[in-house]
Amino acid sequence: MSDFAQLLLSGIALGMVYALLAFGYSVTFSTSRTINFAQGEFLMVGALVGLAMQTRLHLPYLGATVGAALAGVALGLLLEYAAIRRALRTGSTATWILATVALGIILRNAAERIWGTDDLPYPGPFGSDPIIVAGVRVLPQEILVIVVASLIMVALELFRRRSAYGKAITAVAADKDAAALMGINVGRVMTFSFIVSSVLATVAGVLVAPLTLVSPTMGTLLGTKAYAVAIIGGLQSGLGGVVGGLLLGLSEQFTARYISTGFKDTPGFLLLILILLVKPSGLFGKRTVRKV
Amino acid sequence: MQRIYQGLRAVTLAGAAMGALACSGSKDAGGKGAGDAIKVGVYGPFTGGSSPMGASMRDGARLAAEDINAKGGVLGRKIELVERDDQATPERGAQVMQDLVSNEKVVAVLGPINTGVALASYKYPMQARIPLIINVSAGAPVNELFKDNPDNYVFRIAASDDIQAEMIAGEAIDTRGLKKVALLCDETNYGQNGCKKMTEALQKRSVTAVSVGKFKIKDTDMTPQLQEAKQKGAQAILAYGIGPELAQLANGMKKLGYTVPMIASWTASMSNFIDAAAANGNGVQMPQTFIQEGATRPQAMSFIDAYRKKFNADRIPSAVSAAQGYDSMQLLAMAIAQAGSTEGPKVKAALESLAKPYEGAIATFDKPYSATDHEAIHKPQVVMGVVQGGKVTAPAGAMAAPAPAAPATKP
Repeated sequence: MSDFAQLLLSGIALGMVYALLAFGYSVTFSTSRTINFAQGEFLMVGALVGLAMQTRLHLPYLGATVGAALAGVALGLLLEYAAIRRALRTGSTATWILATVALGIILRNAAERIWGTDDLPYPGPFGSDPIIVAGVRVLPQEILVIVVASLIMVALELFRRRSAYGKAITAVAADKDAAALMGINVGRVMTFSFIVSSVLATVAGVLVAPLTLVSPTMGTLLGTKAYAVAIIGGLQSGLGGVVGGLLLGLSEQFTARYISTGFKDTPGFLLLILILLVKPSGLFGKRTVRKV
Repeated sequence: MQRIYQGLRAVTLAGAAMGALACSGSKDAGGKGAGDAIKVGVYGPFTGGSSPMGASMRDGARLAAEDINAKGGVLGRKIELVERDDQATPERGAQVMQDLVSNEKVVAVLGPINTGVALASYKYPMQARIPLIINVSAGAPVNELFKDNPDNYVFRIAASDDIQAEMIAGEAIDTRGLKKVALLCDETNYGQNGCKKMTEALQKRSVTAVSVGKFKIKDTDMTPQLQEAKQKGAQAILAYGIGPELAQLANGMKKLGYTVPMIASWTASMSNFIDAAAANGNGVQMPQTFIQEGATRPQAMSFIDAYRKKFNADRIPSAVSAAQGYDSMQLLAMAIAQAGSTEGPKVKAALESLAKPYEGAIATFDKPYSATDHEAIHKPQVVMGVVQGGKVTAPAGAMAAPAPAAPATKP
């Protein structure tokens, strides 16, 4: 039993990381119908900036998290200005896809120049001693990931549904032109959504770094898996990302344990193909009819 | 639509231009006339998770080349290293090897680190009839190549997977008297080859592993693999991988409170294992040809001193790779001097019949190679190292293997 619970817990922790990144994809997709393919690299930048703040400036973990969040704000502004705004003006899909992919490559190479390519350990706030609850051993950092990721997502959902500014985002997502006619500054709402999405990624970087190792390539695989999660859950839905993330995280752990470690990623991606065939808008996606 | 095509065309053109630039490197065939430098190719991963090994190997080779040049070079000519980063990927390895052999016209090649890279690239020096001295890769075929290539140009100065698997299994079963072990190996050619060899070494002792697991490069959560081993009652983890993933294994064992010994491939001596596993790495054992800490042979000590001074590093990122890189360059220089020529067939013949013993950083090599045996390292030169307090140390106590100072024994 404790074997099962052990896998359940580490699967949930893994799934919440995917969910955080997938949530970032959905935030920008809902306002601008674009996806930031550099999301995984943003996570990596967050982790490396956090590491530099802790080891060079001797800031505490919380300070490093704030630093990573600020880096996220800067990255979000850069992304929106350099890669998205122009692409949307020309109305070309290829442009924003290539631009965000290119930004990811640039960031990865820049990180390799600055930090080198080695895998570095990240000193977490709790050390590596596990807590034992009913025979299940869990790292404090894993609990932190689960709790903080849940809080962030709940807070964002509430913001989106309850506050005036959040409703403006929903309005822009529903119909840009109508929102503009209603006096909503569409450009500003979009910039804001890119900042939120980027901050999510960089903070996720600092959150997972003590569990993983930190290197310029750490975000590539995470970014890809989170993208699959976003598709499984539905790009338009916040809840979808969480469910998709948990599905993928748990399926990886249980397949590796009870079937074979070689097939770890298979069920998750089979599910992805199945979803694309049966319900392309995702498990929780609302089918939207676009009239134009 | 028009715009998309324009965009795509621009991207394609840019790509083609970059490819052309990359190819238009030095095309000048050099290193022929007397007085010109003797070009020796060095390839390995200088970036990525394997870089502690690649960079240390390269630095060891640089150090040897400098020593040789300071004494007037070989045949009155200086040694010039032509270094290429293979990024630990087989395709890239094949490319840089072709570049070294065809464009740079090197007289011999040293490297690589990764088994996949070696597999993808060894045939080019074989075809060009120039020696390749593999100085780190443990899984690459060497003596196995004689069957299809009687004129074999591939040599090795590193502990092969056969030796390592034998020592790892021996440590668990013979020395520690364990009955149940779990194998955990990465998914690369290197890891899977090691897994196969360890299974064979266990079979010789009539032991079958209770669980066999895999992990990928960059995997960070090893909980399922370790849970399986734990549930099946494995008394030791025998692991084959590189530094970062081995560290995640050690960290995972700590998390799960799974306190059995971990015996790993020699790569557990890499700095990125030691740093990333920190205290969780203590007690991990691995076969080593060279241990920096407590080295007693004068050649080893002067090598370590020189390395520290030149590269300003207290701890060599991968001391094994550095020492093997150094010794491979020295052996090659001896062979060129003995052959009196840089022609591949003559250098190969000289390597197979080195007249003088070589007092190397690893050991004293007396006739390291022969026409039928291209392995310089045999079991007596390898010891079990153990990680302790951020360093690799030789095992303490009476069970210590014979010091590697013993002259090379021929099998």
